[in-house]
Amino acid sequence: MHSLERLHGALIYSFLYLPLAVLILGSFNASKYGIGWDGFTLNWYASLANDAEILAAARNSLMVAALSATLATVVGTLGAVGLHRYRFRGRGFLMGLLFITLMSPDIVMAVSLLVLFIGLRLELGLFTLWLAHTSFCLPFVTLTVHARLQGFDNALVEAARDLGAGEWTAIRRIVLPLALPAIAAGWLMSFTLSLDDAVVSFFVTGPDFEVLPLRIYSMVRLGVKPEVNALASLLFAVSLSFVVLAQWLLHKDRE
Amino acid sequence: MTPKPEAFKAAAVGLLSGWLLLFVLAPNLLVAGLSLLSRSPAGFAGWPATLDNYRRLADPIYLHVFAESFATALIATLFCLLLGYPFAYGLASARPRLRPLLLTLVIVPFWTNSLVRIYAIRGLLAAKGAVNHLLLAAGLIDQPVRLLYTQAAEIIGLVYVLLPFMILPLYGSLEKLDPRLLEAARDLGAGPFRRFRHVVLPLTLPGIVAGCLLVFLPALGLFYVGDVLGGSRHLLVGNLLKDQFLEAQDWPFGAAASLVLIGLLLAFLALYAIAENRVTAAGDDR
Repeated sequence: MHSLERLHGALIYSFLYLPLAVLILGSFNASKYGIGWDGFTLNWYASLANDAEILAAARNSLMVAALSATLATVVGTLGAVGLHRYRFRGRGFLMGLLFITLMSPDIVMAVSLLVLFIGLRLELGLFTLWLAHTSFCLPFVTLTVHARLQGFDNALVEAARDLGAGEWTAIRRIVLPLALPAIAAGWLMSFTLSLDDAVVSFFVTGPDFEVLPLRIYSMVRLGVKPEVNALASLLFAVSLSFVVLAQWLLHKDRE
Repeated sequence: MTPKPEAFKAAAVGLLSGWLLLFVLAPNLLVAGLSLLSRSPAGFAGWPATLDNYRRLADPIYLHVFAESFATALIATLFCLLLGYPFAYGLASARPRLRPLLLTLVIVPFWTNSLVRIYAIRGLLAAKGAVNHLLLAAGLIDQPVRLLYTQAAEIIGLVYVLLPFMILPLYGSLEKLDPRLLEAARDLGAGPFRRFRHVVLPLTLPGIVAGCLLVFLPALGLFYVGDVLGGSRHLLVGNLLKDQFLEAQDWPFGAAASLVLIGLLLAFLALYAIAENRVTAAGDDR
């Protein structure tokens, strides 16, 4: 790399991480306003731990994320195996729908799902959040697992079939173990995506069911409280560890 | 009895396509239908069918929101491209051992709550934020400058949140670039500019289009960027949509605005397909 490229790279990385660093530092700053340093404190974290509404929102967020990641992983993995293993009519259309879902702006999906849920007369809350989050996680899981299966030889499955294994046995014993790192990474990514989503949740949740990003949104709009720094830092820490784990799973045996 | 292969195939394919049809295709068709209905006193929608919602979008008030939002998103996209392209180029030419780490460092913000990151930017730009702090300390200003609630703040926030969406597809297409093509161009006497113009640029066109698509469309829709950084004076199309659905309860009109975004998405996807086809065709000519 040329030195100019290195400089540019360093600048971009600082641009990406500086605001987060300031945020995290702020969450340990005793000063209530601005960034003047008034000493180290864990007060803001302590007040989060005593805030019943925030704890409820955190519980809700974790529940929605776990449920959505799990359902998206089941449907997405089955779908990826189907897309990889079979040629059928409408396969291209299905791939197209997956790409469009992946590409479409959150707000378009949010609006359309709200219309669907109201049309179906579903009560907005946990259930609708579960369906909505599963929907936007689904293409990530499907395409990740599908990409992993691309390098994989279908002859192995045929061999197992010739040796008398049923279709399901062959897939369970051969395809799924090979795809396992991608499946696990897909689950972690979905969990993170669900935990982080604000736009879709904003539209499809009801008045009685709050999740963390919506809590942050209303705290930010009501005026900045240092607790927001602590809450945001915690969310960042969770996302960070999940992403690093997912990346490691996806890349560890590619070297 | 073991199930027939067909049973597994039907389950695997059926579940995925069923989900996508019910939760992606059907809702979007509903929105399309809704945009052609009238607002009803009950708050949702009713007959008669009408094109009024689209006509209303042409009203100067809304045209203004659209124009301003488009300009904001477009400038943010351009900045992302200008900052992201050389960065992705550097990434693609970094030592292979280093690349996974450098790439993960880009992916982390990509997966981090964008609301959290917008809030972090707010911390930098606030009257008592880091930027003002630095400028005051450096003696460049003696009063905090107003940075928040400007179009510039909105653009900075959008670039910050969406830059990884630009970098990753660009990296994808730059990494695939065959260095021998550049050597060949050099051997034939092409200078750096001509090499870029005639070799690198056309071959990375799909990455450029994909990146611009992944930045521009969300940039129109991220309503909380408008709320948290732009204030009430600088709205994005996303704010318009949010208000129509959740506050004004004018769903047919909101649906029409949403359909404009879907139309843009499809137009962009067509552009992407064309770019990719051209590159593939050029590759076949080699």
